[in-house]
Amino acid sequence: MGEVIVITSGKGGVGKTTTTANIGTGLASLGYKVVLVDTDIGLRNLDVVMGLENRIVYDIVDVTTGNCRLKQALIKDKRFEGLYLLPAAQTKDKSAVTPEDMKNLTGELKAEFDFVIIDCPAGIEQGFKNAIAGAEKAIVIATPEVSAVRDADRIIGLLEAAELREPKLIVNRIRPLMVKKGDMMGIEDMIDILAIDLLGVVPDDESIVVSTNRGEPAVLDNNSRAGEAYRNIAKRITGQQVPLMNLEVPDGLLHKFKKLLGFK
Amino acid sequence: MSLLDFLNRFFGKDNTTSKNVAKERLRLVLVHDRANVSPQLLESLKEDLIKVISNYMEIDENALEVNLDSSDDSVALVANIPVVRMKRINGEVEEKIG
Ligand SMILES: Nc1ncnc2c1ncn2[C@@H]1O[C@H](COP(=O)(O)OP(=O)(O)OP(=O)(O)O)[C@@H](O)[C@H]1O
Ligand SMILES: [Mg+2]
Repeated sequence: MGEVIVITSGKGGVGKTTTTANIGTGLASLGYKVVLVDTDIGLRNLDVVMGLENRIVYDIVDVTTGNCRLKQALIKDKRFEGLYLLPAAQTKDKSAVTPEDMKNLTGELKAEFDFVIIDCPAGIEQGFKNAIAGAEKAIVIATPEVSAVRDADRIIGLLEAAELREPKLIVNRIRPLMVKKGDMMGIEDMIDILAIDLLGVVPDDESIVVSTNRGEPAVLDNNSRAGEAYRNIAKRITGQQVPLMNLEVPDGLLHKFKKLLGFK
Repeated sequence: MSLLDFLNRFFGKDNTTSKNVAKERLRLVLVHDRANVSPQLLESLKEDLIKVISNYMEIDENALEVNLDSSDDSVALVANIPVVRMKRINGEVEEKIG
């Protein structure tokens, strides 16, 4: 029996879809059977991030309305044998799917797959309620910004109210140089404020843009820093102990200057 | 200001760095967010307060108010608890005050 994990954030645009694609692909590359479920109805995106947009025939609403069988709607990944995508509907109404539908759907999927990863839409309305309905674990994405952290805090409260205990945090788009200069909250700051366990840290990285352009998740690019971070996160999800990757930046100007002047 | 202070400020290592401003603002806003999101929290605090205070005095439970009050840089828990009658230290005999 597989595990159902929802990727959520409250605030939009902080990296839920990017993270779903990369964690899913990362787990598949480790040999697991994985299905990614896009629940962002009306704003379908996971298909393009995965580079699978040309293969879509049916979508999640076709499944919940009985228009097709679940197996018919699953799109097979180009790269990995055990990786599938269930796309969101692009034209239908959000209310076409209910939390009850999602419980049934995820129940059926986890009988077949090791991991069912759910890409949640932004916000706390119907789409969020659908996305978490069948989930057993939750990963909260936040960027080191006041608005994203505030929304993450709200989401953590809602997850706990829905009995999704102990959500894990991924800090996305961190910029080590800005943290060092005191112009961006660091990992400790965010853990301190949100008081949840850290699952991983993903640096702000141009390779994410490049990989999204190509529809090839960065986790497959050995030269990508963000890809390395996602490989580590995938391993942690399987229970491996992987230390946080080194985000250290070389000595800054202040440090060199202090040394020069004999402080330190 | 020493040279090191100056350098720290100049290079953004003091309390007024935007990161520390962000943390402080978040700390305050989350006090309110968390209280507003779960009104049960203040309700159950109220009930616990009544239990504890009732050991020492009789209070008007219906008029009891507990709120979060905030100024620019701090949040305070403000309670208004009307006392009806005080208990004696030995707790055996009650005496009306008002
Ligand atoms: N670590 C990163 N480095 C650089 N760019 C990133 C990173 N993570 C995400 N992005 C970019 O940020 C944008 C938003 O990412 P994404 O679509 O994954 O967010 P989302 O949370 O799914 O958004 P929505 O709430 O709209 O569904 C994309 O353009 C993506 O390429
Ligand atoms: Mg998205």
